[in-house]
Amino acid sequence: MSGILNSSIARKFAMALSAFFLMFFLLQHFAINVTSIFSADVFNELSHFMGTNPLVQYALQPVLIFGVIFHFVMGFILEIKNKNARTVKYAKNNGAANSSWMSRNMIWSGLVILAFIGLHFYDFWFPEINTKFIQGDWSGMHDGNFRYFHELQEKFVNPVRVGLYVLSFIFLALHLLHGFNSAFQSVGANNKYTKGLKTFGKLYAILIPLGFIVIALFHHFNHNH
Amino acid sequence: MNLTLKIWRQKNAKDKGQMVTYPITGIEGDMSFLEMLDILNNQLITNGDDPVAFDHDCREGICGMCSLYINGEAHGPDRLVTTCQLHMRKFKDGDTIYIEPFRAKAFPVIKDLVVDRSSFDRIQHSGGFISVNTSGNTQDANSIPISKTAADEAMDAATCIGCGACVASCKNSSAMLFVSAKVSQYALLPQGQVEATDRVLNMVKQMDEEGFGNCTNTGACEVECPKGISLENIARMNREYLSASLKG
Repeated sequence: MSGILNSSIARKFAMALSAFFLMFFLLQHFAINVTSIFSADVFNELSHFMGTNPLVQYALQPVLIFGVIFHFVMGFILEIKNKNARTVKYAKNNGAANSSWMSRNMIWSGLVILAFIGLHFYDFWFPEINTKFIQGDWSGMHDGNFRYFHELQEKFVNPVRVGLYVLSFIFLALHLLHGFNSAFQSVGANNKYTKGLKTFGKLYAILIPLGFIVIALFHHFNHNH
Repeated sequence: MNLTLKIWRQKNAKDKGQMVTYPITGIEGDMSFLEMLDILNNQLITNGDDPVAFDHDCREGICGMCSLYINGEAHGPDRLVTTCQLHMRKFKDGDTIYIEPFRAKAFPVIKDLVVDRSSFDRIQHSGGFISVNTSGNTQDANSIPISKTAADEAMDAATCIGCGACVASCKNSSAMLFVSAKVSQYALLPQGQVEATDRVLNMVKQMDEEGFGNCTNTGACEVECPKGISLENIARMNREYLSASLKG
């Protein structure tokens, strides 16, 4: 096993595994968020479950945070190593002739997503941690009602924040347009199913971020104030 | 046609090097790119200047010696050709053509456009071979059943000429297309199974030690490869590597 932990292919494989995990998490996050369009009650129930369930809070949440940090740190390590593999740059390089913009700029789309996660944590995660772990309030209630849907709508009143969310999701789509299929290639999956998988990957990469954009815009234009 | 060439000139491995501009006239569309450089060198020699050093050998696309990064692409703008197979008809009168060596830390420049690609040789030596009994009892290869699909895929992988265009084109200077082609051509055949585990582990280890970058699946290598080596080979190498690592 020693070889698998310290080589270029091992790093590829590890990046792919963390990417699979994050893409599955994104799907799950979207599945819950999209209920906020149809039913405030369902969204509140699901949010309360996710926010208070011990398995989610104490097992899945730390794994998720580890997955996010690992993916970013490994991404930076790979970027630095790859930059060092070519010390003198070309005077003229026509990357567009042989590869997509998305594939060549994963570090930049990734940095935008990292900045977005900072904003997202500031908006939702840090207040949640404060309420539950510092204030000790696990009721999920505010003024006799579940607070989750109300908090969600509050965040999307500000058009600048909505704009930043939309921009971030566009970069997420660009990241996924390369990342989804790249992850499968990295774990060695290139076979008769690859063509279909590529189509599915493109749909996933566009539809999920688009769905998040729709949710943000929906609440911006439909908040109860 | 009349052209402006911007060529990387570097006296030796220690020299810093720079792009130098050379006007050239009277180039015919039917000339190969290397013939155009021959004409330039004739002019330079006539003028008492140092000719441009560049690699070449067979000039028919099979030896893998010619390299050159032409207008931002390995082996120039054409597809499935080496530089010696590139014709000047791919350019227009008045064009400015950038000619640079293949760039990678693992391919250090020796002089001008000539780079040291012996890192590929060391990777090959580390595991790109099979053991065959040559004591007089060698089994006839035709007596070993091999499926048509496996034979075709192995042959496709074996067409890699080790020119290094994959490394030059990759934004990460990754050598994975080359190494995966060499791993695949043996992994697909029964004769390659004896050393399969050691082969992929040793070749990947050597590849990493040479200082090549990590593959991020941009696919640039596949597009620029003069022999059309497929990314499927990299996926196969990844599988072989993971399997070999688990075996020990």
